[in-house]
Amino acid sequence: MALNIIVCVKSTPSTVNVGVDADGKPKIAGVPVALNPFDEFAVEAAVRLKESVPGSTATALTVGPDAAAEVLREAIARGADGGVLVTGPEFEGGDSYATSLALSAALKKMHAEKPVSIVLFGKNTSDAGAGVVGTQTAAWLEWASVSAVKKLESVDGTSATVLRQMEDGVDTVKLKLPACISTIKEINEPRLPSLKGKMASKKAVFPKWTAADLGLQPAQAGAAGAGAVVVKAALPPARPAGLKVEGATAAEKAARLVDILVERKLI
Amino acid sequence: MANGILVVVIPSRGTLSPASYELLGAGKVLADALKQPLLAAVIGGNAASLAGDIAARGASKVLAVEHPSLKDFTEEAYAKAAAAAVAKADASRVILPSTIAGRSLAARLAVLLKAGLATDVTEILPDGKVRRGYYGGNLIAEVEFKSPLAVMTVAAMTFPRAEAGGAAAPIEAVSFDPGAPVSEFVSFQGEESREIDLGAAEKVVAGGAGLGSAEGFKPLFELAHALGAAVGASRRAVDSGWIPYKHQVGLTGRTVRPKLYVAVGISGQIQHLAGMASSGTIVAVNSDKDCPLMQMASIAVQGEYSELVPLITAEIKARKGHAVPA
Repeated sequence: MALNIIVCVKSTPSTVNVGVDADGKPKIAGVPVALNPFDEFAVEAAVRLKESVPGSTATALTVGPDAAAEVLREAIARGADGGVLVTGPEFEGGDSYATSLALSAALKKMHAEKPVSIVLFGKNTSDAGAGVVGTQTAAWLEWASVSAVKKLESVDGTSATVLRQMEDGVDTVKLKLPACISTIKEINEPRLPSLKGKMASKKAVFPKWTAADLGLQPAQAGAAGAGAVVVKAALPPARPAGLKVEGATAAEKAARLVDILVERKLI
Repeated sequence: MANGILVVVIPSRGTLSPASYELLGAGKVLADALKQPLLAAVIGGNAASLAGDIAARGASKVLAVEHPSLKDFTEEAYAKAAAAAVAKADASRVILPSTIAGRSLAARLAVLLKAGLATDVTEILPDGKVRRGYYGGNLIAEVEFKSPLAVMTVAAMTFPRAEAGGAAAPIEAVSFDPGAPVSEFVSFQGEESREIDLGAAEKVVAGGAGLGSAEGFKPLFELAHALGAAVGASRRAVDSGWIPYKHQVGLTGRTVRPKLYVAVGISGQIQHLAGMASSGTIVAVNSDKDCPLMQMASIAVQGEYSELVPLITAEIKARKGHAVPA
């Protein structure tokens, strides 16, 4: 049975080396953006799943400014069939609560047009790094969710069996579809964008949906709809200067190091 | 008006780990800050029998949400169970662990409660705001909740473990209806090895590109064993196939906050620092005295790791009274 696969992606700053200005605002203006690194694995998983079930499609979905269309293009270059851009000034400044609500509204709209089988997410974004949007999106929709997925064991029209990597081992979980699945790096090795994919991505046109298109009130979107907001940011406190272990020989250095660790009650 | 800090303890495979007591430590900080009572909840298939372990650690009441559907972790059932406990406690704030289960439960619960969510909180401020890392920990942000209720997960190894003492709080059962399940826990395959989990380790010995090969990790495993430490690795060591991904520390691996982090042959790129820069004491062993990790380390030891690490291991064993093999 053909699958309608959606993969949620985000455009994030391409470096984590971000400073703050005098007002405690992260200095991200002008920093180049790219497809969130962990989303590469989700896109690859979506494309492989599509390829494994004839007639299936993989569509990328993102909430972001106009320029976020670039990550939809990146997804197409990596094998996705199309993309949808949820965009508008009303979505700026959203946290995971507001963003997941927006994604859920978009998925609801897509599901009404053509039933969605499965929604894939990357592990977390390189900016907020919370790793919760996939699960929160499912919660809004009252769909099943699972995180830390390292393998899609089997997916058919009605259920998916996955392997979830826990701290102490691997769980096997079976979910009713539609479901939201957050993946981890171990799930695959993403392919490089293909020439064919890049050409397709250049020509791709994306529907653009606003909050109004999704039936969302302005108060539910972006900063207005956020449940938690960053008041100010700062660099982490500087670590005190360290000391260099001296010694004429390696044995002396080793002994001196252990002396210090014992002194500091670390061993 | 909701009033109460609810700490939600999640057993792992039917038992509580001592790391759970850190949640009560965090709960006390928040309860003192907001001047609200501290309560705890245990969720699981055998929650009632575990509640006693939590009852004398500072909470004024312990709620036990026990149900067969909670025997193993699924996001939807646990979130519903937690919501039932929140309603019973009339809590305004919910604290969960930053484990895979804790974070996903918190995510789902926040939507059920229409609450703001902050994950991996490293500090709770006197006015109830919280601090957490952004951009791989390169920035520390102060977060304010806009919603009446709020959910947070607290970083491991950050808040003190509440000790047992004093009168045991009353334990109350909370009933909950899981509804029709949308996911089913099928099975669990435990790790073969007896290795200490990175996330809860007080000491970590990590290796990087400077080791040169998979064999390079042998002396590190021996040092880790002597120290009672977990073993970590940089991305380059993992990408080179020298050690499995589960040992990776950094932006695309685990974030750790041990008391002692020994970095061997790791230059200290930003992506690695993102995973360990909050460690208590950082020891760097490297032949390059100018690399970032040697510059920022609490204690820097310059030299060849292949020579130094076995000597350090031998010293530790000697101090601990172990005979050094001839």
